Amino acid sequence: MTETAQESSHHESPHESPAEFKKHLSRYYVVFVALLCLTGITVGVSYLKLNRPLAITVALIIASIKAGLVAGVFMHLLDEKKVIYAVLLLTALFFLLLMLLPSLTILEVFKST
Amino acid sequence: MSDTVIPYMVKPHPVTGIPNGKFGIWLFLASEVMLFGALFSSYVLIRTGAPHWPPEGGLSSEILNVPLATLNTGILITSSITMVLAWASCKLGELPKFKLWMGATILLSFGFLIVKYFEYSHKFELGHYPSHDNFYAVYFTLTGLHGVHILGGIVVNSYLLGPGSKLWATDREHFTNRVENAGLYWHFVDLVWIFLFPCLYLL
Repeated sequence: MTETAQESSHHESPHESPAEFKKHLSRYYVVFVALLCLTGITVGVSYLKLNRPLAITVALIIASIKAGLVAGVFMHLLDEKKVIYAVLLLTALFFLLLMLLPSLTILEVFKST
Repeated sequence: MSDTVIPYMVKPHPVTGIPNGKFGIWLFLASEVMLFGALFSSYVLIRTGAPHWPPEGGLSSEILNVPLATLNTGILITSSITMVLAWASCKLGELPKFKLWMGATILLSFGFLIVKYFEYSHKFELGHYPSHDNFYAVYFTLTGLHGVHILGGIVVNSYLLGPGSKLWATDREHFTNRVENAGLYWHFVDLVWIFLFPCLYLL
């Protein structure tokens, strides 16, 4: 395993200088504050006692925005390699199928009655 | 000591363009999406099939402790930024700062579990176990599985803070990659909670 032996003694220099990298740190703080605000909005909206379909829609939209911020910025998905996007596309398709299963089950019930 | 070493742990693999460890953690997270997805799907099925939700009447927000869950959401979000700052400290070559941020992440993780302990204790005092009804079965299954993931994160992060940090002296980049992979897992655990919180406590 000479390749790995070479790797362990070789420290690649980062693509960015420390000064450039530090500039990106501010975006983490911005996302952190945004996530806290969105959590507050989620809880606040729940006290409005909206009708259930609207409440579910609003809560899931806010949760999706929060998830997007975490995945995009904290997990660096905004700037990733194609192979990860490919894995996630497949995952999303299967996840969607899983979420559709309850509806398909209901259809099956209708068919059998 | 074994001579077998996993290749491409630092340099990107020529096919995938990323180190093997990172590719591995993303595949693992994909399987985790399926695990939680199956449980969410079951939750939707059980909930839509119930004449009333929660079955015993009232609202989820009246049965579960929303202020404590909101506090836990804040704790997890804060632990996500401390985790990303721990990784950023590695990238900047600052090991003491890494230890500070990683220590904060682990403390916050324990904080989350302590809050969860109080939540669970209260439910048990009232005699509300998973077998009480479908609502509590779903609540304990989803939050319990998520709690186990928090425990797993504590184990990995504690290793990186403790004995695992020895790698820093010999191979900084490899250690930084490990912290990044642990971070990806940790952010995913946060991401799951982002959906669990409104779905279980507020809706």
